[in-house]
Amino acid sequence: MKDSKYEAPKSSVKEPLVHIVKRSDIEPWKAWGIRIAAVLLGMLVSALFINGITNLNPAAVFKSMFAGAFGTDKRIWQTLKDMSLLLCIGIGLAPAFKLRFWNVGAEGQVLIGGLVSAALMINLGGKIPNGVLLILMALCAVVCGAVWGLIPAYFKSKYRTNETLFTLMMNYIALQLVEFYVDVWDKKQSHSVGVINASSKAGWMPYIGGNQFILMIIIVALITVGMYFYLQNSKQGFEITVVGESENTARYAGISVSKVIRRTMLVSAGICGLAGFLEVSAVSHTISSLTAGGRGFTAIIVAWLGKFNPFAMTLITAILAFMSRGANQIASDFNFNKFASNILTGIILFFILGSEFFINYRLVFRHRPKEVK
Amino acid sequence: MTLTSLVAWIAAAITFGTVIMYGSVGEILTEKSGNLNLGVPGIMYLGAIGSLAGCFFYENGNPAPNPWISACIAVVCALTAALLGGLLYSFMTVTLRANQNVTGLTLTIFGGGVANFFGGSLVKLSGGVGQISVAAASSAIRTRIPFLSDHFGIVSDLLFSYGFFTYLAVVIALAANYFLTRTRYGLNLRAVGENPATADAAGISVTKYKYLATCTGAMIEGLGGMYFVMDYIKGTWDSGGALEALGWLAVALVIFTSWKPKNAVWGAYLFGFCYWIYLYIPSGISAVLAKFFGAANVTHMQNLYRMIPYLVTIIVLIIVSKKKRKENQNPASLGISYFREER
Repeated sequence: MKDSKYEAPKSSVKEPLVHIVKRSDIEPWKAWGIRIAAVLLGMLVSALFINGITNLNPAAVFKSMFAGAFGTDKRIWQTLKDMSLLLCIGIGLAPAFKLRFWNVGAEGQVLIGGLVSAALMINLGGKIPNGVLLILMALCAVVCGAVWGLIPAYFKSKYRTNETLFTLMMNYIALQLVEFYVDVWDKKQSHSVGVINASSKAGWMPYIGGNQFILMIIIVALITVGMYFYLQNSKQGFEITVVGESENTARYAGISVSKVIRRTMLVSAGICGLAGFLEVSAVSHTISSLTAGGRGFTAIIVAWLGKFNPFAMTLITAILAFMSRGANQIASDFNFNKFASNILTGIILFFILGSEFFINYRLVFRHRPKEVK
Repeated sequence: MTLTSLVAWIAAAITFGTVIMYGSVGEILTEKSGNLNLGVPGIMYLGAIGSLAGCFFYENGNPAPNPWISACIAVVCALTAALLGGLLYSFMTVTLRANQNVTGLTLTIFGGGVANFFGGSLVKLSGGVGQISVAAASSAIRTRIPFLSDHFGIVSDLLFSYGFFTYLAVVIALAANYFLTRTRYGLNLRAVGENPATADAAGISVTKYKYLATCTGAMIEGLGGMYFVMDYIKGTWDSGGALEALGWLAVALVIFTSWKPKNAVWGAYLFGFCYWIYLYIPSGISAVLAKFFGAANVTHMQNLYRMIPYLVTIIVLIIVSKKKRKENQNPASLGISYFREER
């Protein structure tokens, strides 16, 4: 009520102290200011948490974390590697989530991609030229990952089967498949395949200038840029946007919703499968149930918080890679386990998530009319 | 298969099922308010570590800990830790209107991180060595019903060979069913989940119901975490991610039960039965299958058998979605945050 002359009867109407109003628009600098403030607050809380268990003062915490993430050349490359693996999965998930298709199955798609890559490395290593093997591994990883994602997409488009659960269950099936083949391939009964082709290096992604990760980082960078143009400038990207915003509008415009669902999941899960190939061929040179390592879930949050913009997602993965490398450094300094980094990731993500509220809404405090004497 | 191994299988299924029954009954209450909480594994983790940590501080260095005091501490700490998780989720999604799925997943990462971090290093943080263990609380919580549990042969083994929290799970599930279908508050809660705007117009406080349902649900899930630590793995810690898998199965069970807590009772036991099937498949069948799949060792087949609960879930999911029965659907506003000024 804007009219100040009007006075509500004091006893009957109770105005709350604060109420929420949706913002119609916000300047970009304000929105980014809020986000940066949230990240800083999250980091402060993380530092206080570490302070609580190690008695390091917050400045020393950050010094130690910084050293862990960027202290030496090797650590910088490790951080970049973590970042690009997470980003690759996040980029894969972006089109699915833009479509509002809840692909929680990235873990499984990564595992399947990694599994077929490892299978080809073991069975064809040394029998065909390395370049052909690498291309074959990448192709098979993409195809198998895509098929793994297409199964839930098919049932979603046909019967509207709940895809969140379906993709989640597919993770565990992929996990058991990996466990099975680890046992089958393992000749020493140690439930591990060890480094594959350690001497021949067949199926290993080539080092460039002695660096293990450059080629992988370039591939992920290309996919990131490609995804930006796919979502922004292609017809298929436009169809994803329309279906994601409103299925009814899409149908009215003559877009086949089920076709878009299936096609998008092929793209999404295919990229996740490729991430599995990168993990096996460029990073670990082995396969285990830990190959996906929870990144499939973290990547969902990356895609969502980055609002499916590949460049914003790059920024978020950079923050997360820094936090987890830093946390691992502190954990190894103090001989703690690796789960400390999950706590810090959680804290940072809660703050970024919460900050969206202050970007979308505005708090209005109770208006107190001045007393008239 | 002998009778003894069948009884052992059923007993294992019931213990396993109890963990996910707590989780899914809690999640049904939560989802009935329209909150899709994918943080169930995280909240169960919080309940588990809460109870373990509480008991650890009481029992560690205490020469003669009283098992019953320790058990009470376990329950109170589990409820408190899970309540905090539920409050965090409610604050993020109801008050700050953050995306429910993303908040839930973050809570799972965070809860799992907190639990595995402290589960693995609590002993070290307090200056000791070795694996954490809270024997007194665990023995109290695993207390069986006297007399009934050892005087009736197979009936005792089947029905009365469990700790009392096994029975509490069934009581809670049936009580939740009664609450949702037979009481006015349950009706209000369902209204909030189906159409919050209508409920709001009818004078039901949407925020209050969402908070209460989510927090109560979280506390029930927390009991599941406590049961896992104290009964299922007998008062130690497991950082292999077993509880996370159970938490996700609990979420799956919610859809399996079509949001009816009474179905969670048999559904959970059925899941347990499927989960342990890998130990009870006759070796003759395994040998044939192992040859078919190219496994050198028959025991390798267990890896594939462990897919069965997940495959069963998928098949049920497809059948349910194919039938499209109206009363078996999720609450209409599930997953959507409510803002009064946005219709």
